[in-house]
Amino acid sequence: MRGRCGAGNFAEIRDDHTMTTLPTPPTKKLGLVIDLDICVGCQACATSCKEWNSQGLTSAPLTDEDPYGDDPHGTWLNRVHTYEVGTGPAARTVHFPRSCLHCEDAPCVTVCPTGASYKRAEDGIVLVNPDTCIGCKLCSWACPYGAREYDYTDGVMKKCTLCVDRIYNENLAEVDRVPACVRACPTGARAFGDLGDPGSSVSKNVAARGGYDLMPEMGCRPTNKYLPPREKRATADPEPMPSLAEMAAGKAGLEKLFAWVDKVLS
Amino acid sequence: MHPAYSVIFFTAASGAGYGLLALLSIGVATGWLPPDRTLGLTGLGLALTLITAGLLSSTAHLGRPSRAWRAFSQWRSSWLSREGVLAVATYVPAGILGLGWAILGRTDGVFALAAWLTVPLAIATVIATGMIYQSLATIRQWHQRLTTPVYLLLALATGGLLLIAILRLTTGQAGKIVLVVQAFLILAALIKWLYWRAIDRAPVLATPETATGLGRFGTVRQLEAPHSQANYVMREMGYSIGRKHALTLRYAVLWLLFGLPCLLIAQALWQGTFATIAVIAAVLLAALGVVIERWLFFAEAEHVVMTYYGAGTK
Repeated sequence: MRGRCGAGNFAEIRDDHTMTTLPTPPTKKLGLVIDLDICVGCQACATSCKEWNSQGLTSAPLTDEDPYGDDPHGTWLNRVHTYEVGTGPAARTVHFPRSCLHCEDAPCVTVCPTGASYKRAEDGIVLVNPDTCIGCKLCSWACPYGAREYDYTDGVMKKCTLCVDRIYNENLAEVDRVPACVRACPTGARAFGDLGDPGSSVSKNVAARGGYDLMPEMGCRPTNKYLPPREKRATADPEPMPSLAEMAAGKAGLEKLFAWVDKVLS
Repeated sequence: MHPAYSVIFFTAASGAGYGLLALLSIGVATGWLPPDRTLGLTGLGLALTLITAGLLSSTAHLGRPSRAWRAFSQWRSSWLSREGVLAVATYVPAGILGLGWAILGRTDGVFALAAWLTVPLAIATVIATGMIYQSLATIRQWHQRLTTPVYLLLALATGGLLLIAILRLTTGQAGKIVLVVQAFLILAALIKWLYWRAIDRAPVLATPETATGLGRFGTVRQLEAPHSQANYVMREMGYSIGRKHALTLRYAVLWLLFGLPCLLIAQALWQGTFATIAVIAAVLLAALGVVIERWLFFAEAEHVVMTYYGAGTK
C-alpha cells in the first residue's frame, strides 16, 4: 500500500484535468533557479532527490537495474553534468544540474495518449500519474531536456515532481517545505519559488543576474531558469606576496623578533 | 533513437495492411475489383490480420500493456491517441465490408458505403502514425515535411504489392493494377530519396554551447558525465549503432523495397508460373526492404538531448 500524505496527495491533484491539452498559462509558476556560479557538482541534489522520491509517497520507488552487476543504471530525476567551458587560461569548470524545467509549453504533456502526463493549472507543475501511465515513452522523446526517465521495473515514466509532496506538506516543518534538492544543496546553488511573481526573490535574482532559459529555440518556454557563471576575476599578474621582513617593517617588538627568527632559520 | 523491434514490425505490418485495405476498398467501391468471395476473404483477411498483428505488437513495447485502452482518450492533443482511435474506428466499416464481400458476396449498397468509409479511415490511420514522428521537434530527422508522406506512400506501395500477389493467387488477373502499384513504388522511392536529402541538409538543432547556454564563455566540452553507465535517456535517445552503414543501407532499401519489386511485378502483366514466383519474390524482397527502411529511420534519428551528453562537441 502506497503512503499518501496531506496536501501533496496525488488523488486530490488529479481531479482538475480531463485532457492532456495544456491549461491556460498559470499565473503561479513554481520552479527552480539554478546558479551555475555556485554549484560545486557535489551530487547532493541528485542523491537527495533519489532518496526522497524512493520513499513511495508519490509513486513506486525510483528503481535501479542491475545495481551490483556489470551494467548498473537506474531512474534518477536529477543529473549533474560537468563541463569544461572555454580554453587556455580562460577555461573554467561548470557543474550543470539538469532536471525537469516544468515548461509552459510542455510537449511531453500534449503527446501523452492517456492523460497520465499533465500540467497543473494552479501552479504549473508538470506531473505523471503513475496509475494511468502506459509506459509508451513518447513523452521522453518529446522532451528536449532529457528530464523524463523510464522506470524499467515499474513500467511507467518518472520525472521531477518539484517535490509536490513536500512543498505543500503541512506535516513537515516549514523549512522543509521546499524540494529535496533545494533543501540538500550545501552551497545554495538551487532556489525554489514562484517565477510567475516578478516580486519573488527568485524572480528578482533572475532579473539581477541575467538568468536564462535552456534551448529557448525549442519553444517549450521552461519555468526553471539558470544563472550564468560570473565573469572570472583577473588572475594574470597577482601582487607578489610580501616577505616576512617587509611585513615586519614598521612593526615593533615581538613581530620583529619572529621575523629575525624566520630569517635565521630560512 | 533506439529502434524498438515491436514498433518496426507494427509500422511495417500495419502500414502494408492499411494500404491493402484502402486499395481493396477503392477497388470494390469503384467496381474495378470483382465482388469475388475468395478475393474478399483472402484480401480483407490478410489486410486485417496484418493490421491486428501490428497493433498487438505495438502494445508489446509498452511498460504497461494492460492499460493500452487508456490511449484512446487524448485524441484532442496526441497523435498517438488519434492513431489508436482511427485504428479501431477503421474496423467498423472494414468489418461491414468484409461481411458483405467475403461472406455474402455483395459489394453494393451499404457494403459499397462501408468501402467508401474504410478508405479515408485507413489512410488517416497511416497519416496519424507518420505524424507521431513528424510532430517531434526534438528529432530533426523526423521533424520533416516528408516524414508522413513517406509513411503513406510506403503503406500504399507495400499494400499494392500484396494486392497484386493476392490477385495472382485468386483470380489470376492483376492487369492494370500492376501499373498503378509501379507508380506508387516509383513515387515512394522518389519521396524517400528527397527525404534522405532533406535530413542530410537539415541543420543540427543545438550544440553543447547553445544547449547549456554557456557558449558566451567559449567552447563547451563534457568533462564528466553524471553517471558511470548509460542511463535510460542515453539508451533510448543515444542509439547510433549502424549509422556508419547508412549509405549502404539506403541503397539496399532502394533496390529491395523499390527497384527489384518494381521490375518483378511487371511479370504479372503476363500469365504463367514464373510470373507468380516473381510476384511472391517481389513481396518478400519488399518486406525485407521496408524493415531495413524502418530500422534506418530510427537509427539515423538524432535526439537533441544528446548534446548534453557531448554530441556535437567541437
